[in-house]
Amino acid sequence: MMGRYRNKFSIIGLIIFLFFSFSTFAEEHKAEGEHEIVEGEKGEFNPGEMITHHIMDSHEWHFATIGHHHYSIPLPVILYSNTNGLVVFSSSQFHNENHSYGNYHLDHATEKIHSSNHEECLYDISITKNVASLLLSALLLVVIFISIGNAYKKDAARAPKGIQSFFEPIIIFIRDDVARNIIGEKHYKKYLPYLLTVFFFIWFNNMLGLIPGGANLTGNIAVTMTLAVITFLITSFSGNKYYWGHIFNTPGVPFVLKFLIVPIEIVGLFTKPFSLMVRLFANITAGHIIILSLLGLIFIFENVFASLISLPFAIFMSFLELFVALLQAYIFTLLSAMYFSAAVEEHEHNGHDVDKALMM
Amino acid sequence: MFNSLFLVELGYAFMGAGIGAGIAALGAGVGIGRIGGSAVESIARQPSESGKIQTAMLIAAAFIEGVALFAVVVCLLISFKA
Repeated sequence: MMGRYRNKFSIIGLIIFLFFSFSTFAEEHKAEGEHEIVEGEKGEFNPGEMITHHIMDSHEWHFATIGHHHYSIPLPVILYSNTNGLVVFSSSQFHNENHSYGNYHLDHATEKIHSSNHEECLYDISITKNVASLLLSALLLVVIFISIGNAYKKDAARAPKGIQSFFEPIIIFIRDDVARNIIGEKHYKKYLPYLLTVFFFIWFNNMLGLIPGGANLTGNIAVTMTLAVITFLITSFSGNKYYWGHIFNTPGVPFVLKFLIVPIEIVGLFTKPFSLMVRLFANITAGHIIILSLLGLIFIFENVFASLISLPFAIFMSFLELFVALLQAYIFTLLSAMYFSAAVEEHEHNGHDVDKALMM
Repeated sequence: MFNSLFLVELGYAFMGAGIGAGIAALGAGVGIGRIGGSAVESIARQPSESGKIQTAMLIAAAFIEGVALFAVVVCLLISFKA
């Protein structure tokens, strides 16, 4: 029994190990001021640059810097340009004097690739650190939940064991306390797959971002924007006429006030997913920045005794961030469920309830 | 002269970012403090409901923190763009 689960994890580990080939190299170049941090004692410590480097996306997956060696995996750069078509190369090609390969120049401050040919219009669809982390976490989610589903399919009445016993209470919690309570018995089943997916996706990615050497995926506003847009689309497409009626023709409001209320409702239609996006992004990114700043304090003071103060704080903040990871996933799911329930809510308007009661 | 004017406004931008973040922290502190206070009070009044009250407190705190972090994001944008 345990052997089966151990095999699955060893397969995942093997895939991760074989998929990337490790390359270690020492940074020889010295850009104007941008890479002074990675030179160790050669340059001054720039905390802002260190923090930005850890928060932002990057074309290579940097794990650690020991002495002057950087342990990082260069990720493929995939560019589509209108003059050269699809161009694929490894980002280790950028490790030369001026960060350029052929026409293409990598700007380390913003991690953007520019072309020196002015007529060339580049679409950057590379596998960056965030994309690679997204693919890995998607793989992890698929493996875990398909194994849970299979275990359930084989014998639904058997007491859960292993991974299933850990995730089943959480899945039931989302199904009962979030979906069923909020959306209601009639419609909750339609939205349950999306709510479960979004909860575990955000939770797993938040956690993966917290391990050292992990990618800050949910701190990327494009990712949170996508999740918020999907919630918005699902809400809009499942809105019934009461929902749209409340927005464009709010009942119970005198006619003159409708000119004021309707624009506010329309703006509210867009601010709700916007707040979902910014809340998740800001919480995760702020958490990372706080921990990095606390650890950077040690380097600013250049004194090992500063670690006596900043390490306990950093550890405490890390625990808080673990909690925030779960809480933010739960809040996103909860709010999405509330928006769905507002969209599918059906209520008879004032007269009919009384009639029904009388007819009983 | 133009240069020094620009630098003065740059200083104001950074100052504004710092003050904004501080006010956001203040607002979050006041809000979450009030939630925590009323939650603890209601747990004292009815200890058997403490589970539900705790859950509601955490959810409300997360919302308020979200709003404070909107302000923090704006301040970060100012300090990185200025």
